This record gives sequence, structure tokens and C-alpha cells, in this order.
Amino acid sequence: MNKGAYLRTVFILSLLLCCSALAAVCIGRLSVNPLDVYQVISSKLAKQPVIDETLEAMDTVLFKIRIPRTLAAMMVGAMLSLSGAVYQGVFKNPLVSPDILGVSSGASVGAASAILFGLGMVERQSFAFLGGIFAVVLATTIPKLLKNYSNLVLVLSGIIVSGFLTSLLAIMKFVAEEQTELSAIVFWQMGSFSPIDMKEVVAISPAFFIGTSLLMGLSWRINILSFGEVEAKTLGMNVRQIRGITIACASFLTASAVSICGTIGWIGLVIPHLARLLVGSDHTKMIPVTVISGALFMLVIDTIARALLTVEIPLSILTGVIGAPCYAWLLYRQRANVF
Amino acid sequence: MILEVNNISFAYAGAPTLFSNISFSVKQGQIISIIGPNGVGKTTLLNCMANLAAPTEGEILLEGKDLKRMKAQEIAVKIAFVPQFIIPSFAYEVLSYVVTGCAPRMGTFEKPKQEHYAIAQQSLEQMKISHLAQKYYTQISGGERQQVSIARALAQRPKIILMDEPTAHLDYGNQIKVLKIIKKLAAEGYAAVITTHNPDHALLLGGEVAAINSNGQFIFGSSREVISEEFLSSLYGVDLRLHHIPGIGRDVCVAASL
Repeated sequence: MNKGAYLRTVFILSLLLCCSALAAVCIGRLSVNPLDVYQVISSKLAKQPVIDETLEAMDTVLFKIRIPRTLAAMMVGAMLSLSGAVYQGVFKNPLVSPDILGVSSGASVGAASAILFGLGMVERQSFAFLGGIFAVVLATTIPKLLKNYSNLVLVLSGIIVSGFLTSLLAIMKFVAEEQTELSAIVFWQMGSFSPIDMKEVVAISPAFFIGTSLLMGLSWRINILSFGEVEAKTLGMNVRQIRGITIACASFLTASAVSICGTIGWIGLVIPHLARLLVGSDHTKMIPVTVISGALFMLVIDTIARALLTVEIPLSILTGVIGAPCYAWLLYRQRANVF
Repeated sequence: MILEVNNISFAYAGAPTLFSNISFSVKQGQIISIIGPNGVGKTTLLNCMANLAAPTEGEILLEGKDLKRMKAQEIAVKIAFVPQFIIPSFAYEVLSYVVTGCAPRMGTFEKPKQEHYAIAQQSLEQMKISHLAQKYYTQISGGERQQVSIARALAQRPKIILMDEPTAHLDYGNQIKVLKIIKKLAAEGYAAVITTHNPDHALLLGGEVAAINSNGQFIFGSSREVISEEFLSSLYGVDLRLHHIPGIGRDVCVAASL
């Protein structure tokens, strides 16, 4: 893949993302036309009060609901896809998804305990984040106890930790009050952006910007990590250090994303494959493409989720229904040259 | 003298000593073939030299500095390692693969630029496989992959190239081709240390032989002096013959019969 073709792909995807973002802001129960969006935003930027009454209603809808939600969907999509790509690279395995080290099950246990304790939204999100990080810390501690730092042992620890936490979650669901708590847990596990406002967007921004830029910076090193420990070491890399940083970044990204909107399946697995199909396996190219396409995919899914029916469709339903066939198609397309 | 192996021993945790008191040195332009039966620790010895395994006793000095006290990056600018099995998980282009040989001379967040790709191209030319540059690494043959892997080692601009069974999994023609390449690299000044299961390869390459027998004893010397019928037969525990073939002007190692 030459540089020109790569830049063209990035440009087209970015353009699509911008158009989708504009469309997402306009589409909804109160549909807004793009020109009005421009007017509302420009008057906001110029710090002029909005005089027109309908524009004032739009102002509320846009800044309180749609813009935060659009931003959140793009960031979460980018974060989940990016950590999927990074995990796949580091673990040399294209079948790995961001919850390989137990982030999602940890976050679910965190969120479920907040629900059972009857705590509010902010606590639910913080518990989910801490639960996710706790799971990864646990999964990365087991290899240290065994003094075996191979990828296989790390993946096995991830499986052990998520297995344990999944059972813990099952206990919590079992004791939960059916009508309120249980449905809240189940709904949380299917993922949704409906409770999101600017506060959440601000909360995940640091993780998004720091994690994404560090991983973009290390993208070429991820190529080398994907050759395996022996080759990476003989190429002069401090394998444990670089692997540690990339796994920490990817886990922070996943935990932050999951904490605000619940677990969302498929995207972290499918989008990296799409990126590889578009620009090849070289992580210096596929990571930026993964970030943009992840944002695009999540935004489109979320817009469908809130606009298709009068009730909101949980995100994991759509990512599965749309993502799984996409994945099958991708495998069909790339069967010859990606694995 | 580039690399000095001083009295090293090795034992895996909880296992008896694999080999002990191994000493030899590697000089510029030298070819050393490590031979011996299965399980005596040929690859482990090579791994110790690559700093992939740490000897339980003794030390390995790279230009006078103890490998144990060196960073992976410092070692990688002088020692390149060509692994036996390369199982790529992703389809990288050959050029993207070879350019990773420049990694030891680059910063952690640096990405390969024009100059690095130029080095990679040059290494491919050195191996006469420039035509593979844009091919997917997963789609080339085993022999080509071995050549690409050596090209990556060359991109490291090392003084020593360590190769773990470079002829394994190759057809007969490719085996000879790889041996030729090793000989040529030595002529260009690289030191090459390889492990091999075929004593005839050690004869073909000439240079030195480092043999470990099943008792863990170590024998080192020029291949001409060390390799004899008795030596090979006792090393491998089968009846092996050494014959001088006048037509090609060299000794050949063959099995007597089955």
C-alpha cells in the first residue's frame, strides 16, 4: 500500500465521519436542518444570545443532548476499536477483542454493584471504570506470581479473571430485584449512550487523548511486538516495558469507554479487521484508520439505535446484528492475504 | 575478537546441567557451526549468545562488555538473530518486515523514514531479493522467507549474525543456497554462528565447529581438524563415514547404511 492510497483512504474516511457527525446532530425526534445547526453553533461561538424561539429549543437539544452524544459515540467507537487493534497486535492474534484481559466483566461487576447499592449514575460509571482496571491488574498479576511472562499465560490469566468475574456477576444478577435492579444490570450490559451529557464526554477525554496519542506513537513498535517476544527482543526492544505500556493504554481506553455507556460487543473485534482490509496490516497505517472507522461505525450504529424505532435499541444488539455479518464478509474478502 | 564466551554453563530451572565450561570466541569473518545430537543444547547455546537465555555460570562478553549488563538495544546493533520458525500473525509486506531491522537504531516513538526504507531496500538487494519487496510476507515460500529474515538481520548492520537452524524446513536446493549466502556474508566480514543438524553443512561451510556431545562435553576447533569418522559416529551414535570425493575436491559425510 503506497502512501498516496493510504492518505486517500484516511481523507475519505474523515470526510465520511464529518458528514455522519453532522447528520447525527440533525437526525432525531426534533429534526434540525444543517443550516440551523451552523447558525446555532456560530452564535454560540460568537457568544451572542439566540433570539429566535425555535432556534433556542434547538440550542438546548444540540448542546445538551446531541452534540455530547455524538462526541461520546465517536470517542467510544474509536477507543474500543483502537484497543482491539492493539490487543490483537500485542497478542499476535487477530481473534482477540478488548475484553481479553477481563476489562468488560470487571466493569460489569463494578456497574452491577453500584446498581445493587442503589447508587447514582456517576458512581455507576466510576465503579465500572475501577472494576475494569481492577480486572486487568488482576490478570497481569498472575503471570508475575508464576514468573512466566509469555503471552499465553497472560491470555490464560485473562480468561481466569473474566471467568471468575462473570460468575460473580451472575450471583449479583441472581440476588438482584427483578423489576428494577436486574433489568438495570441487563440494560447496562447491552450498552447505550442515552444517559450521556457533556460531563461524561469531559470525563473520558483525557483517557481518549493520552491513550490514543501514546498508542499512535507506539504503532510501529506494535508491528515488532506482533513478531513475538524472541524477535522483538533481538531487535533491541524492551519487550516487557513496551508491552506493558501498550496494554495499560488499551485497558484504560476500554475501561473508560465501557464505564460511560456499558459494554458494547463486536466493534473492538471487527473494526481492526476492516482497517487491515483497507490499508494492510502495518500498524502505523492501520491504527489511524482503525480509530477513524471505529468512530464512524459507532456513530452510525448509535444514530440508528435512537432514530430507527420510537424506543432506543440497545447498542450491542445492533453491533451484533450488523457487526457479525460484516465480520463474515470481511473474512471472506481477506481470506487470501491477511492471515 | 567480537564475542567471547567464557566458561559458561546452563541449566533450566529444576533440571540437571545441560552443558558446562563452554569457552570460545567469535572473530570477524568467522563461520562457526554448532553441531550435536538433539537435546544437547545447541539452540540454548545460541540463545545465550543472543541474550535470549542467561547462562547459569560464566559470562559472555560483547566487545569486552558483559551481555548481562547491556541493554537489548545496545546488543541488537551488534548481534542479529535469525530465528528458526517465523510464524507471522499478520500479513506484513516484505519491506515493512525488513525495515524493522533498523529498530535498534531508532527512538521508541520514531517511525521508519525514507533513510530507513533505503537501508531495508539495500539489504534486500544484498540478498538479491528486491523483487519481493512489495509481496506479502505470508505469501512467499519458505526459502524466500529465510532470505527475507536474513535481509532483516542485515538491516540491523550487525557484526555477528546468529542463525538457529537456517536450513531447517528448506528443500535441498534452498539449503545449499542459504549456505552459500552464509559463506558470502562471512567473506563480507560478518561473523556467522549457526546451529545445524547436518554435519555435511559444517564441512561445506568450513570454518570452525562447536560440538556438544550427549555427555555435555564441548569440542571446538576448525572443521577440518575436528571432524573425523570416529568423532561424528560417536557424536551421533550411528555409523557415519567421511569420504573424499576427488571430483569436487572435498570430504563428504554420509551414513554407512541402514
